[in-house]
Amino acid sequence: MTTLRLEKLAHSYKANPAGPQDYALKEINQIWQTGGAYALLGPSGCGKTTLLNILSGLVTPSQGRVYFDDRDVTELPTEKRNIAQVFQFPVIYDTMTVRENLAFPLKNRGMDATFIKTRVDEIASLLDLTRDLDRRAKGLTADAKQKISLGRGLVRPDVAAVLFDEPLTVIDPQLKWELRSKLKEIHRKLAVTMIYVTHDQTEALTFADKVVVMSEGEVVQIGTPEELFEKPAHRFVGHFIGSPGMNFLPCVIEGTKAQIGQFAVELSAAYAATAQANIEMGIRPDFVTLSAPGKGFPIQIDRIDDLGRNRIAHVRLAGHKLAVTVPPSLDTSRSEMTIAFESSRIGIFADGKRLEPQSRGGA
Amino acid sequence: MKPYNNRAWFLVLPVFLIVAFSAILPLMTVVNYSVQDTFGNNEFFWNGIGWFKELLDPKSELGGRFIDAMGRNFIFSFLILAIEIPLGIAVALAMPRQGIGVSISLVLLALPLLIPWNVVGTIWQVFGRADIGLMGWALTGMGIDYNYVSGVLAAWITIIMMDVWHWTSLVVLLCYAGLRAIPDAYYQAARIDGASRWAIFRAIQLPKMNRVLVIAVLLRFMDSFMIYTEPFVVTGGGPGNATTFISIDLVKIALGQFDLGKAAALSLVYNLIILTVCWVFYTIMTHFENAERRMQS
Amino acid sequence: MTLSLHSVTRQIGDDLHLNNVTLTLERGTLNVLLGPTLSGKTTLMRVMAGLDAPDHGHIAVDGRDVTGTSVGKRNVAMVYQQFINYPTLSVYENIASPLRVAGVARDEIDRRVNDAAKLLRLTSMLDRTPLQLSGGQQQRTAIARALVKRADLVLMDEPLANLDYKLREELREELPRIFQSSGAIFVYATTEPSEALLLGGNTASLWQGRVTQFGPTPAVYRQPKDLITAQVFSDPPLNLLAGLKQGNRFTLSHGAELPLYDDLARLPDGPMTLAFRAHHMSLKAPVSTSMSMQVVVGGSEISGSESFVHVALGSTKFVLLEQGVHRLDEGTQLDVHVAADYLFAFDSAGHLLRAPVNAGQGGVL
Repeated sequence: MTTLRLEKLAHSYKANPAGPQDYALKEINQIWQTGGAYALLGPSGCGKTTLLNILSGLVTPSQGRVYFDDRDVTELPTEKRNIAQVFQFPVIYDTMTVRENLAFPLKNRGMDATFIKTRVDEIASLLDLTRDLDRRAKGLTADAKQKISLGRGLVRPDVAAVLFDEPLTVIDPQLKWELRSKLKEIHRKLAVTMIYVTHDQTEALTFADKVVVMSEGEVVQIGTPEELFEKPAHRFVGHFIGSPGMNFLPCVIEGTKAQIGQFAVELSAAYAATAQANIEMGIRPDFVTLSAPGKGFPIQIDRIDDLGRNRIAHVRLAGHKLAVTVPPSLDTSRSEMTIAFESSRIGIFADGKRLEPQSRGGA
Repeated sequence: MKPYNNRAWFLVLPVFLIVAFSAILPLMTVVNYSVQDTFGNNEFFWNGIGWFKELLDPKSELGGRFIDAMGRNFIFSFLILAIEIPLGIAVALAMPRQGIGVSISLVLLALPLLIPWNVVGTIWQVFGRADIGLMGWALTGMGIDYNYVSGVLAAWITIIMMDVWHWTSLVVLLCYAGLRAIPDAYYQAARIDGASRWAIFRAIQLPKMNRVLVIAVLLRFMDSFMIYTEPFVVTGGGPGNATTFISIDLVKIALGQFDLGKAAALSLVYNLIILTVCWVFYTIMTHFENAERRMQS
Repeated sequence: MTLSLHSVTRQIGDDLHLNNVTLTLERGTLNVLLGPTLSGKTTLMRVMAGLDAPDHGHIAVDGRDVTGTSVGKRNVAMVYQQFINYPTLSVYENIASPLRVAGVARDEIDRRVNDAAKLLRLTSMLDRTPLQLSGGQQQRTAIARALVKRADLVLMDEPLANLDYKLREELREELPRIFQSSGAIFVYATTEPSEALLLGGNTASLWQGRVTQFGPTPAVYRQPKDLITAQVFSDPPLNLLAGLKQGNRFTLSHGAELPLYDDLARLPDGPMTLAFRAHHMSLKAPVSTSMSMQVVVGGSEISGSESFVHVALGSTKFVLLEQGVHRLDEGTQLDVHVAADYLFAFDSAGHLLRAPVNAGQGGVL
């Protein structure tokens, strides 16, 4: 069991980086606790895979150190670190049975045959692979293969952390649910540190206790799924998390009111916003509802998407586009619809960064 | 009404004509010869399946020659496969994966493949001579009795070395292509699993190469089974009949003794053997692929 | 044009890839092929395009049989999961390539390429090469090339599968707009129910080479003809309760009994499967017609605004989706409720007996 510590870590794929733009991963300092479930979330090219490869030892960072507890592992090769990794596409050894696949890491380390057997049986039952143990791994479905990849990581008794590199990419939506809850179950049972890299917010949020949101080589925010959803520290987080993402409306702050065009939206607190900064009001579609005429701010409806379990209307308020929730029983065929904001859920952003309210209720 | 029509067949017609002239007509001629006997003067006599009977009877002169030559063919093919396949794999594994080294090694490897058969023969004929050839001179100088004209072992070693030199590159290139197709994730996973070099080879590289290896074995077997030029140039089938393969014997019978009937029968049987072997290989290959496809779905 | 497939079957070796598919697609419509991997989506598209001929059945365009006509004569465009562009040509030339092949006049090419680029927001990138673009932009280039041809039939095989989640979201929103402005028949294959819903149009649900249902997307989602279709069109997976219906009682296989109300109670007695979607099972107080069950929590996943709770009733597992944050420990016992209005009922052969109330009237369920 190991605490992962990253100290002034940064990496550039260029030999002589000229400036920050040459860094795939900009300087980060992190401590990740034993047994935690972490997710690295961000779009492609945000540096999340580079960070993962540094942890697994496939990439040696150009600066900074990596510690497992107090042991400096920065220069250690992959095979000397006690980590396991599951890749985007299932990696299995074609010619071997499922049992041989699972036993492979133990056999390579010269473990005792009876120990290998007990351990493999144990891990196989944890992953519901017992029935397939003596089948050839090659003939199995993608999700079973991905379970084998995972099993090969978990089978080692000394493993400090399991790294996942977008492991559900090739899995059908329905099976993703099964595999994801399996991962959670294993995490609870084995209390092993898990680090999960993905661009899919649902996967990241539902998997992790702590989500590390990355953009352009930088860590933008670290928080629990609720924190990221309720209080995104940055415009990017607000946009990236949630589907559709947070709405941002340019506004002028006057005490406890945000002025959007000719409309004044009531806030739950006052903000000290300087006039120079680019001020925006951020609110999630979940907290703006479409209402019947006469109840809120007048809008034009561009389009209504029926998503099955809810409907999202794309509307314009004073010329600004936003996505809002349509209540289940609302008749949307009428003209002159309005929207209503939930004041307590509004955040104010200056130049893309979240502002803390001054005080409750008034200035 | 279905808009099918058969006009497309006209486009295939030229191919039929060419194949008819280049393959079917000569083949028919050979079949014709194989059932007749001649004593010169362009006089032919009907012999039925007489030549085939004689050919397949090991106690007859022709049958004995045929069995011996075929044995040599199989031994030769077996030996060169046993050398070229492992050697090819080893070289492919040792090749660089990136950088300028890749192009350099590819060009070097391709060189022997570009040299015509008879030139290869001549090169080695000279190379192995004790008077003017570097290898022959060096070996003789070291006190080793090496003379491919008189020594059976030396003659075999020479033609096998020649074939290995000429054709191992092909195996290397095929294996290299197979190795390059393995995604990096496999190597990374193996490192994480603590696999040794040998374990990586057994668990990843060899299984991923098995398709190209089947092709390599097939190509090298067929080609080596039809060997003619190199031994003809270097040893001329000798010493004695030590390197007389079926093709060489065929030429001896046909052009040396002018026994057209015997030669025709022999070439038909030779052809049949090659076709059978091809068919066996093809069946095995498609069987593998079908089994694989079934497992994937 | 109208594309119709009549009893199309395609078999490869022993595997039946398409099983008696009959489907009619109208001009100017967007048609989603929804089904898991290997359900026959790609095979169906290849047959529609004319890349493969069906073993049985025939294909007609505006009533004219085109079964044996090659792909080159059918005016078809295709977009693949992988971003396929000419790497050395500029975006402009990539989009223009099918027009150059067709020998369209220079100023006509220029006009059409610019129109397509505008529609796909590529105008500022026309001079770049595909490798200088992001994945989303590369795929847009491929889509523009498909559109510029003015093909009668545009086939898209999971075009967004290789894109980042957020990019996917953006393109997904743009696609219906692009479809509307074209007028061709669009066919779009996906494995994701949410994608089908967002795209709208019509949906054909595929399962083991069969089209189990074809109709307007919301109708297929809300009134699936059979259990298979309901399962294909459900993410999170559909929750199922198998048991025996007798009068107003529903006896589960392991002995527990649940009450049935109103029209559910009036259905014919016999073995039956009740089904409901994750967001219809609730932790909140039941209404008078709710079916209540005592379940054991298997774990919960919090997505920020919502919680997915995995629960088990005996050996039957359910996924429950509830608004808000509900962190529940494994092994917790609790009561969950499904309002009778939200239940699907299927007979033993899997045919729909009853869809949720109001399902046909555009209510959100």
